[in-house]
Amino acid sequence: MQLTIKYFGMLAETTKVSEEKLHTDTCTVAQLVEKLKQQYPKLNDTDFKIAIDQQLVGLNHNISTEAEVALLPPFAGG
Amino acid sequence: MNLNNRYHRQAILPEIGEEGQKKLSESKVLVIGAGGLGCPVLQYLTAAGIGTIGIIDFDVVETSNLHRQILYGENLLGKNKALAAKNRLTDLNPEITINAYPEKLTTKNALSLFAQYDIIVDGTDNFSTRYLINDACVIAKKPLVYGAIFKFEGQVSVFNHQNGPSYRCLFPSPPKAGSVPSCAEIGVLGVLPGIIGSMQANEVLKIILDLGDILSGKLLMYDTLMSKFSTFSVNRVSSEISKVLAIADTFESVDYDLFCGIKQVTEITAQEAFLIRNAQFIDVRETHELPKIESLDPIYIPLGELKEQIKTIDKEKETIVFCQSGIRSKKAIEILEENGFKNVSHVKGGAIMLSEYPIVNEV
Repeated sequence: MQLTIKYFGMLAETTKVSEEKLHTDTCTVAQLVEKLKQQYPKLNDTDFKIAIDQQLVGLNHNISTEAEVALLPPFAGG
Repeated sequence: MNLNNRYHRQAILPEIGEEGQKKLSESKVLVIGAGGLGCPVLQYLTAAGIGTIGIIDFDVVETSNLHRQILYGENLLGKNKALAAKNRLTDLNPEITINAYPEKLTTKNALSLFAQYDIIVDGTDNFSTRYLINDACVIAKKPLVYGAIFKFEGQVSVFNHQNGPSYRCLFPSPPKAGSVPSCAEIGVLGVLPGIIGSMQANEVLKIILDLGDILSGKLLMYDTLMSKFSTFSVNRVSSEISKVLAIADTFESVDYDLFCGIKQVTEITAQEAFLIRNAQFIDVRETHELPKIESLDPIYIPLGELKEQIKTIDKEKETIVFCQSGIRSKKAIEILEENGFKNVSHVKGGAIMLSEYPIVNEV
């Protein structure tokens, strides 16, 4: 299945893309994050939450259909 | 209503009316931080006729603030922001009450201050204050209108509103210290806090007037370069709320700089242990010793076996050890540090103190 991965804030600078497609088998969010961290080791140094189709989810969430995955970092500035 | 009335143009909106205007005039809003976000929040809330506005900021106006902190000008350089803002806002609307607090928000003053207001607005610029504000809002049961920015993007949400999620339900623990740059480090275009702060002011007015869909349970992201809004649903996580309520009685002594990893010490208190969640905990007591502190999900390695098993522990992670009363854990720190662990601390008073902080059920 195909996932659309969206990187927000500083994560887009870490990966140098703001959006990309990724082909993967059914997996959990944790497995997907591992895969992304292998591709972009610098993601290990940052904190972010995952949303699947605009819904924040935990690491155990199962991704089984085409979906939009957003990586959301916290912002501090004001 | 008189056409020349200050509030005429908003009061003629049927959704607001004189009744809505009365609600605004009876409301009390506390704005924390009178900087990039705080300035537009304060201007619009003042102009709209919020009856009582509190402004807390310890900082002074600097030249580098002026491109985005639009309440201030050259003549206010070096002046405290809360007092300077009050002056400017009183001119904008002398009919309301403005309380300026030229001080730092701390765990000591937060709860008594929050108790005097209906809605809290977060316009701060660092994680330790953001977590402090969230926790104080959970404890004081006040809605929190949140805004934060990074370069060309902003976040807005309303937390702790009518049993909605809190900031911790979205981001349970702070990022590694220094991993998220501030506006001072990375820069910001002045319009961004103008937009995000205005959206915060809008949420405040919606809450008071009970209008539309409040951004509770939703994180709104705005990208100014792409002119794009994205909204994400956030669920309430009861265990996150419970953890905050569990420290309510000792909130004044929580060290949020420590929690956010800005400060490192080798000894932490039991309540701080419950708040630091990026860390790995090691229980160095013998297996039969009680009470077990399961809520911290510790690794169980008795002190006598620590050297043998040291390779099974992740050296890179922040590590917190505890024993029954805090004596063996000190010894464990020495062993860990001898083996290359850099960020190690132990819990003062050990499991005896930890067991006094049960995870209370949510009220």
